[in-house]
Amino acid sequence: MTAKFHAGPAIPVLPAGAAETMPCWSCGDMRAEHFCHSCGKVQPPAPADYFSFFGLPRQLDLDGAALEREMLALSRRLHPDRWARASVREQEWALEQSSLLNDAYRTLRDPVLRTEYLLRLEGIKAAQMSQQATEEARITGSKKQAAPPELLEEVFDLHEQLEEFRRAPAGAEPAGREGLEAARRNFEHKLDGITAEMKSCWREWDAYIARTAAGEAAPQPERLRLLRGLLDILNRHRYASHLLEEIAGALSG
Amino acid sequence: MANHRVVGIDLGTTNSLVACMQGEKPVIIPGEDGANLLPSLVAVDGERGARIVVGNAARRYLIEAPGHAVYSVKRLMGRGIEDIAEELKLFPFRVAEDLAPGEVLRLRLGDHTFTPSEISAFILRQLKRNAERYFNAPVREAVITVPAYFNDAQRQATKDAGRIAGLEVLRLVNEPTAASLAYGLDQRKHGTIAVYDLGGGTFDISVLRLHDGIFEVIATNGDTHLGGDDIDNLLLTIALDDIRGSLGIDLRRYAGAVPALRRQLIDAKHALSAQDSVQLDLELPEERRYCRAITRAQFEQLIAPILQRTVGPCHQALRDAGLLLPQPPPPAEAEAGAAGRDGDAAWAPGPIDEVVLVGGSTRIPRVRRLVRELFGREPHCELNPDEVVALGAAVQANILSGGSPATQDMLLLDVTPLSLGIENLGGVVARIIHRNSTIPASATEYFTTGVDGQTNVAIHVVQGERELAKDCRSLARFDLQGIPPLPAGMARIEVKFLIDANGILHISAREQRSGKQAEIQVQPSYGLSSEQVESMVLASYEAAEEDFEQRLLIEARLEAETILRALQKGKAGAAWDRISPLERARIQEREQALRSAVKQDEFPAIRGATQELNQATLRLAEVMMDEAVASALKGKTMAAAAAEQAGEAPVAGHAFAKAEIESS
Repeated sequence: MTAKFHAGPAIPVLPAGAAETMPCWSCGDMRAEHFCHSCGKVQPPAPADYFSFFGLPRQLDLDGAALEREMLALSRRLHPDRWARASVREQEWALEQSSLLNDAYRTLRDPVLRTEYLLRLEGIKAAQMSQQATEEARITGSKKQAAPPELLEEVFDLHEQLEEFRRAPAGAEPAGREGLEAARRNFEHKLDGITAEMKSCWREWDAYIARTAAGEAAPQPERLRLLRGLLDILNRHRYASHLLEEIAGALSG
Repeated sequence: MANHRVVGIDLGTTNSLVACMQGEKPVIIPGEDGANLLPSLVAVDGERGARIVVGNAARRYLIEAPGHAVYSVKRLMGRGIEDIAEELKLFPFRVAEDLAPGEVLRLRLGDHTFTPSEISAFILRQLKRNAERYFNAPVREAVITVPAYFNDAQRQATKDAGRIAGLEVLRLVNEPTAASLAYGLDQRKHGTIAVYDLGGGTFDISVLRLHDGIFEVIATNGDTHLGGDDIDNLLLTIALDDIRGSLGIDLRRYAGAVPALRRQLIDAKHALSAQDSVQLDLELPEERRYCRAITRAQFEQLIAPILQRTVGPCHQALRDAGLLLPQPPPPAEAEAGAAGRDGDAAWAPGPIDEVVLVGGSTRIPRVRRLVRELFGREPHCELNPDEVVALGAAVQANILSGGSPATQDMLLLDVTPLSLGIENLGGVVARIIHRNSTIPASATEYFTTGVDGQTNVAIHVVQGERELAKDCRSLARFDLQGIPPLPAGMARIEVKFLIDANGILHISAREQRSGKQAEIQVQPSYGLSSEQVESMVLASYEAAEEDFEQRLLIEARLEAETILRALQKGKAGAAWDRISPLERARIQEREQALRSAVKQDEFPAIRGATQELNQATLRLAEVMMDEAVASALKGKTMAAAAAEQAGEAPVAGHAFAKAEIESS
């Protein structure tokens, strides 16, 4: 039986509330997230999502430089190389912890991955499905994903352009190329706009989280509206990126 | 710490080295012949009961007994018979005749067949011995380097080789990363580094960022079948055609002629790095001669296509690192240069602070120019490109042993070079871990069953960037067993893929509803099963015992020769007359005893006689020393004294020194 029964990627998060403080297995003192503050020994990974791994709230507008500094600092202490002379158990924990660290860092430092991840954490499975749809579209070459309405006409024009370019005889290239370069600049500009929109969606969401943390009322409709908004902007971002990839692909022959 | 020696080993296509940390700096451990480089040549001497010969001593077998020797075995590690069809055309590898399809590759050497891992293990064992001689203590752990672009099977094969050689491989380190460690040890603390590594058989390009002692690889790319060997093969093909065309001789029909020509061409290639032209002068069969001049300009033109193959991977790595900036297309008249052209667009590199050259082939001046064009920077050449990888491995070995003041802030964060994927319905690859992901890295995927009561699920894992599984590199088939029988689609099997710090994949699986851990049968596509490795380890252990005795005998013979030679020198000098007739008589007597023991060729006898002679000549040695130097140096042995007289410095780790230690 082959892996056609591959159901898809798992959401890398384990049951919440399990990250209670437990004593350090080595010195008995109060453990920290990943290693004991008292004796420095590495601890078995506690169930965590990527945000709480870094001790961050589920907010989207991240300080990239601070995240990198934290990743480097944690790497120094968690990397298996640092535990090569320790017990087998500690080595295993170091291996798990650092793979979790790297997976978390990789996800959180990329704006799109971060947003997708948050949506999945919040239970929005649609994000996952549209990512798979885009993957399939990329592989099979079909355009299953619907174009965002405001881009519809330009997308239509672009696809015509791409078709012509691909079919053009060798000599006619330069003109077609110029046209595609212009289209690329156009869509790059559009993507910049979408990215800016995404950032303001982030800030709205972050404000909502901050209010929730402060104990203020957190109405469900608002939460859903914000998440829907994020999903929508994410889809548009992915679509525009995909178009740019198509153009780049055509231009590099 | 004295008996916890972890060494760093560069297991290269052309040369191998072993190194260790000495205080603040790594040093190369030389072989018995004093050379730092051990040529990666292995031969089987059939006459002496399948004695394995490694290194320079194996070189003559390439010419005199080609069926008994092999070089560049690294090109075969982790590969299958289908892959090496191309290699077989260019290299004199002889594949075992009885190889079954799907079986791990085996090569024929004389009357024996060996897998590439076993052959590499012979080289590793020699390096291990060199290290043990140097430390005068057993060496059981090592860090071994691999090309950054090696896939899972190639890495596993390297680990297997280590085990068969009796070494626990603490870590596999990527060669460019190791080189940057050696470089970074006494240089920068911050910055972006590009490492261009062109060796005998593999090419790697890595882009790293240095953060206060942390070496973070950002992107890596390469070609595991591109190196100096390809240049050699090209020269060889051209020369053979030239000889046939101009002299009507097909050298391939004469045993040993092709390896001899190859050797000349390699020497010529090396010479052209320093000279503008070189003269080939080769004796041919039928009393002919092949005389030809090659200029550096001609050479550069010939190898241009080979060097051009490094440009694509460099651009891809820079692109992945976000360091490749698109340029407006150049005006028609201007030349973008070989390095600028890649497909259609012209590119320029972003800010790179340092460029490091690794591998013997980077000594070629054309390569240095190409690197300068590619990265917009003058590359660093202070570190010996042949040694820098081994030195870096020694630094990493030190870090793994617990570190020292020099290395306590250093850490390597490497990446996996190839995307990891699962073959899905329709043969399409679902990518689960992307290339250039920092390792250790993991991904968790869900699987389910398609048929009621199904208790097994098979997963085909591949590595590569292509869309279809058949175009990627098959890694292994994992058969998850022991899934509790449930209606179709009910089972929820959580499979965790983990790439460890060595870049090797591990899988674990659990059926979520029952919580049951699935048993996993692994069928590597190009590797040995663990049982096969185990039996090879056992076999090599027995061989090691024989080897050990052989080695002892060889060393004893060498010691005897040394002291006898030194004695001849002593007899010719003034000191001989200054010792008493009684002493002279005793010395002569013991000399005779040693000579006949050497004739008997038995270790204990030679050993004993050497020690006796040593004792008898202690005073003579002192007197010789007085003659040679003003200050008295008591306890100096014959050999050292003779050496002093002749003006040579006594060599550390000299075979003779050992006898001295043991007799006291």
